[in-house]
Amino acid sequence: MVQLTVNGKAQKIDIDPETPVLWVVREQLGLVGTKFGCGASLCGACTVHIDGEPVRSCVTPLSEAEGKDVTTIEGIAAPDGTLHAVQEAWIKHQVPQCGYCQSGQIMSAVALLKENANPSDEDIDSAMSGNVCRCGMYTRIKAAIKTAAKGA
Amino acid sequence: MFMHLAQTAKPKIETANKPLLNLSRRGFVGAGTGLALAVTLGACSQNKPETLAQAAAPIPDNSNIDIGPLVLISIAADGRTQITNPRSEMGQQVITTVAQMIADELDVPWDDLFIKQAVGDKKYGDQNTDGSTSVRNHFDRFRMAGASMRQMLTQAAANEWGVDISECTSELGVITHSSGKTLTYGDVSEAAGKLDVPAEDTVTLKTRSQWRYIGKDKPSYTISDVIRGKGTFGIDVRVPDMLYAVIARPPALFGKVKSLDDTAALAVPGVTQVVKMKEPEGEAPGFQQLGGVAVIATDTWAAIQGREALKIEWDAGPHKNYNSKTYAQELMATARQPGENKFKRGDVTKALSSAETMISADYYAAHLSQSPMEPPAATAQWTGDNVEIWACTQNPQAAQSTVAQICGVPDENVTVHVTLLGGGFGRKSKPDFVVEAALLAREVGKPVKVTWTREDDIKHGYFHSVSAQHMKGGLDKDGNVTAVLHRTVFPSINSTFGPSDQGSDFELSLGATDNPWNVPNMAVEVGKANSHIRIGWLRSVANVYHVFANQSFAAELAHAAGKDPKAFLMDIIGPDRIIDFSKDGVTYPNYGASLDEHPVDTKRLKAVLDKAATMAKWGRDVPKGHGLGIAVHRSFLAYVATAIEVAVDADGNISFPGIWSAVDAGTVVSPDNTKSQIEGGTLFGISNALYGEITATNGAVDQSNFPDWRVMRMAEAPHVFETHIMESEAPPAGVGEPGTPPAAPALANAIFAATGQRLRAMPLLGQNDRLDMSKVGEG
Ligand code: FES
Ligand code: FES
Repeated sequence: MVQLTVNGKAQKIDIDPETPVLWVVREQLGLVGTKFGCGASLCGACTVHIDGEPVRSCVTPLSEAEGKDVTTIEGIAAPDGTLHAVQEAWIKHQVPQCGYCQSGQIMSAVALLKENANPSDEDIDSAMSGNVCRCGMYTRIKAAIKTAAKGA
Repeated sequence: MFMHLAQTAKPKIETANKPLLNLSRRGFVGAGTGLALAVTLGACSQNKPETLAQAAAPIPDNSNIDIGPLVLISIAADGRTQITNPRSEMGQQVITTVAQMIADELDVPWDDLFIKQAVGDKKYGDQNTDGSTSVRNHFDRFRMAGASMRQMLTQAAANEWGVDISECTSELGVITHSSGKTLTYGDVSEAAGKLDVPAEDTVTLKTRSQWRYIGKDKPSYTISDVIRGKGTFGIDVRVPDMLYAVIARPPALFGKVKSLDDTAALAVPGVTQVVKMKEPEGEAPGFQQLGGVAVIATDTWAAIQGREALKIEWDAGPHKNYNSKTYAQELMATARQPGENKFKRGDVTKALSSAETMISADYYAAHLSQSPMEPPAATAQWTGDNVEIWACTQNPQAAQSTVAQICGVPDENVTVHVTLLGGGFGRKSKPDFVVEAALLAREVGKPVKVTWTREDDIKHGYFHSVSAQHMKGGLDKDGNVTAVLHRTVFPSINSTFGPSDQGSDFELSLGATDNPWNVPNMAVEVGKANSHIRIGWLRSVANVYHVFANQSFAAELAHAAGKDPKAFLMDIIGPDRIIDFSKDGVTYPNYGASLDEHPVDTKRLKAVLDKAATMAKWGRDVPKGHGLGIAVHRSFLAYVATAIEVAVDADGNISFPGIWSAVDAGTVVSPDNTKSQIEGGTLFGISNALYGEITATNGAVDQSNFPDWRVMRMAEAPHVFETHIMESEAPPAGVGEPGTPPAAPALANAIFAATGQRLRAMPLLGQNDRLDMSKVGEG
């Protein structure tokens, strides 16, 4: 039994503790906003925050999240539903096409802005290059991050 | 007088999984009776509006708006309007676009719309979301459906007032009589439901200036879900009591399981069962399952672990000798020999031999994988002989009929719910993964979700065809082109479905036999090629390699003639004219559209070329190591020109200071989304051109995940991307695919301008994703 907090809620999970956090949030907790794209830390679709740090949940065993705070895309907006500045910017720039990579993109962008309130192009490139968007929305993602930075 | 309840309700997307369906029903309980317009979209042909069949049916008294798959539009008594979207949403914002077309003619407030995703059903007509067709083939009938409904509602109001319909107008859900009295659509929806659907010739569509939503930017319907992690994709579907499966598929096509030891797999906690898959039949894979061994478990991770623990010995099967390296050499050798003529103008052989200057070039493009961000996934649940399926499919009707056929049940026993698609690019048109889920769920006796891992997706796809091309061109002493020969050799998509040893006329019409050059002697020839892996279509299909070759070759000819490539391109396209390829012996399918409505117009082609050049400030001085390249092509009835500026550093690293595209897609329903598609399509093309290469050894694909199947990432994306949409009142053209074809040649031409290095083989980059700088300066 592994105990952790997910989006502010205490959870007890009874599963092989080697199971990646990705599959735990998706299949044990039903939080399917965190996506599977590669399973090998190569695409960023599965990005979540553990104690505020962005991690690739597909290669993070549940045991590593024991006793920690996990935030998924479902927990990024305020409890009253108010969107995060990054989410607002995503709407403003109509960033998503299919949207499948976007949970991970948003999680990486939120983490970047927390570290660096005013990122340069190079900062964005290096923070976001682990997140693949096969629909090719990189130019919009970059613009949206800058908008969110201004709003933040 | 406004009676709408729904102003408070945000537009809601209903994806196809069960819980959401229930939610939507609740949304309409107590909504009262109303009009449900049933529309047969018919066995679709081209742009013709289909007959609006089936008299409008009143919504039954129990107020359940979900009255069956046939309903395209329904209006409840409280004014809420439900539109059923029959097309698959994979990022092209088709939900929003379909709503724009229908709601404009219906003339209802945008916020009153409620969208439901259609299941797969032939009664909707063509649901195959492929070929960039959702707007170009359905623009008239979606609008006609909305306009017919509006007319019925107006007629119902006129009847209630006892006046002639000509005295009534309608706007934003309210019908107004000339005296000033009003009724809402909801007020009259029940009465309207009893009227006959008007004959099409009595229905007037809006004029362009009256359009409220068409041609305007409406925010994506899915975006509010997507940014909260809420939309339901195929991989997200959950049904009670379900099990999870992954499959070990034969490494080479039509390979078989020789021996299996599943002891260790069954010992993995969570693994419940190991199932030998039914083997595919015949010699053509079609949409069949691939065979192999499935591991069933209580969660996906356990299934993946279980699969790793399987010990399988494979019988390699009939394609075990396929080695893509040798095969590529064979293709190239074939391309250097005469093939079957498919386009003949003048006498190419004679003109080439008498040319002042003759150049020739060989082009090669490797197999590619669509690799949509969401790998294929499907869930199936049997009840008796009926199966319910949830899948990220581009083609729910093909999924339905293929499952029915392979499982031996009638089509009507198979219900296919369409989820959101995390990208498609042609991969999800092929329902092999849906068949796997149906077979396994029946075998296991419980609902089963099959998830493809990324390795599965890359190793067992329907690959974009590999190709070799040989081009020859002749110039006279003034540098005018007198002759062009284009030979192309590639295994055909047809080989996936039956015997085929040569590229089809359809594939040739994508970039080869539709060459618009005004050159007196031209020929296109095709050579023989067999296939050894599944060949499938990928965004813009054969245009990818054909346009890479001939738009690169245009720049090579310009170089040989000592002319500016853009001016040269304008010249060889020649005077303004409508091209009739039948004069050159070509049966030209024109993307399934009529040539009357969608002629091949060189004026429009040159206009986008000019525009892209202007946007890029063509002819300007660029910094050292930079270069500008340009290419233009008409595909899916749209004209797109793209200019690319590359910067190449001393180590051969490439970056993109800017990309400029001009698109003429006729009438555009959704401008910002069109731009987004051109951006995405262009980057998809560049990604494939720079890095894309699927190879095979002994019949098995060598690549497995994103490190060896390389795709474009943030740091490699352009710093500036500008798209211009040409003003046009021509009928709508496709926008999902046309951005892709010009990308690769514009890039190769830019690299040539920057370095003097002419790259003729895709992928363009070599070791470490860099240009081979030892070749710089080699033409
Ligand atoms: S799924 Fe975790 S990085 Fe790709
Ligand atoms: S929006 Fe489709 S993968 Fe990024």
